[in-house]
Amino acid sequence: MPARVFVLLGTKKGAFILESDSRRQNWSQKGPFCETWPINHAIADPATGTIYGAGGNEWFGPAVWKSTDLGATWTHSSAGLAYQPGEAAIQSTWSLAARGGRLYAGVQPAGLFASDDAGETWSEIGGLRAHPTAAKWQPGGAGLILHSIVTHPDDPGQIWVGISSAGVFHTGDGGKTWTPRNSGTRCDYLPEADRYPEFGQCVHCIVMAPNQPERLYQQNHCGMYRSDDGGQHWQSIEQGLPSSFGFPAVAHPRDPGTLFLMPLNGDIAGRYMPGASAAVWRTRDGGGAWQAMREGLPRHNAFFGVLRQAMAADRLEPAGVYAGTNTGTLFASADEGETWTEIARHLPPILSVETLVLAA
Amino acid sequence: MPDLTVRLPPALLRLFPGSEAEPTVSASTVAGIVEALDRRWPGMRDRLCDSTPAIRRHMNVFVDGERATLATPVTAHSDVFIMTAISGG
Repeated sequence: MPARVFVLLGTKKGAFILESDSRRQNWSQKGPFCETWPINHAIADPATGTIYGAGGNEWFGPAVWKSTDLGATWTHSSAGLAYQPGEAAIQSTWSLAARGGRLYAGVQPAGLFASDDAGETWSEIGGLRAHPTAAKWQPGGAGLILHSIVTHPDDPGQIWVGISSAGVFHTGDGGKTWTPRNSGTRCDYLPEADRYPEFGQCVHCIVMAPNQPERLYQQNHCGMYRSDDGGQHWQSIEQGLPSSFGFPAVAHPRDPGTLFLMPLNGDIAGRYMPGASAAVWRTRDGGGAWQAMREGLPRHNAFFGVLRQAMAADRLEPAGVYAGTNTGTLFASADEGETWTEIARHLPPILSVETLVLAA
Repeated sequence: MPDLTVRLPPALLRLFPGSEAEPTVSASTVAGIVEALDRRWPGMRDRLCDSTPAIRRHMNVFVDGERATLATPVTAHSDVFIMTAISGG
């Protein structure tokens, strides 16, 4: 099927959009957009084609940018995207998710907001910060950020969020009440007897498997995990990986057993490609076995990292996979990770990668 | 309330198409200036102030050469500049 394929980049200096056709061989590039604000997460609502950019500017604070014409023009709003007077001010918008006409935004310091008018106005889903553990949430290296928002394809009441470093929380009632879902994920940075707490895990990224909504994958600061019961229990799937440390995780668009990762060499080892040799790691069986894919990626002197939201897949057959580095390079594969091509370079540090596929 | 002219920074103007570099507003405090600007260009308050509420950390409002707060009074003769701080961006 002829298609227009877009790769949406959030970077430290604005959003960029790359476009190709369904062959995904030749790419054009536009940007920077959003007045070169840091854009932590740029997404598209597949139902409308509207592009959103979550960001925060040192001068002007947090906002969500919006383009309804594939990047030609942009507006911004933060109406309602605020905590109460006297509380800490929101510094930045960190993550976005679109589901069924509702747009969700995760912010720093950690909280969850929703918009039912395509990002024009926002209201807090206050149940999350009302959780009794909230006063004890500790920030990770990027601050106390809500970075992963996972919605359920069939049940609008269910949402999972990842907060660094408070862990994974789940609601089954649309956000009124939340429960920690961290059983089985460990905190290597705590004393040995306290490494499996109820909350306080440094979750880096959570994604849902396609067609199997009870299956979640989690890249953590301390390990890689899979859950087959909606996050109530997690089991380690890091055996066979070069490191237990990394940031992004990418689910396949159709196969619940396939996952893509780019582990780094370790949290105290520099946080770059293991052995300075780049690889995307893929499992086809839910994390039982892992395969390194290096064809087309730099084999030597690869001292870059890939951040938590900077990797994505498209929904074509075979699936395309994309990885943006914190040194401003975008790698792409049009064959599910088997071979890779550099399709953009010299960009600002890439903070997020997402895709949009439209009929041509 | 007195009418006075406010100078706005270029980076702010770029966020609000059609906004003016030196608008005239009616206000008796800096907070009043911000409210008047927000009425003319909805959303401008959020770019200048946080929710605590206060002027954003990396924004500066100068009234007659002195750094101001939201409570600083202004008159028709006040020289008011809103500027992006060198520490931001």
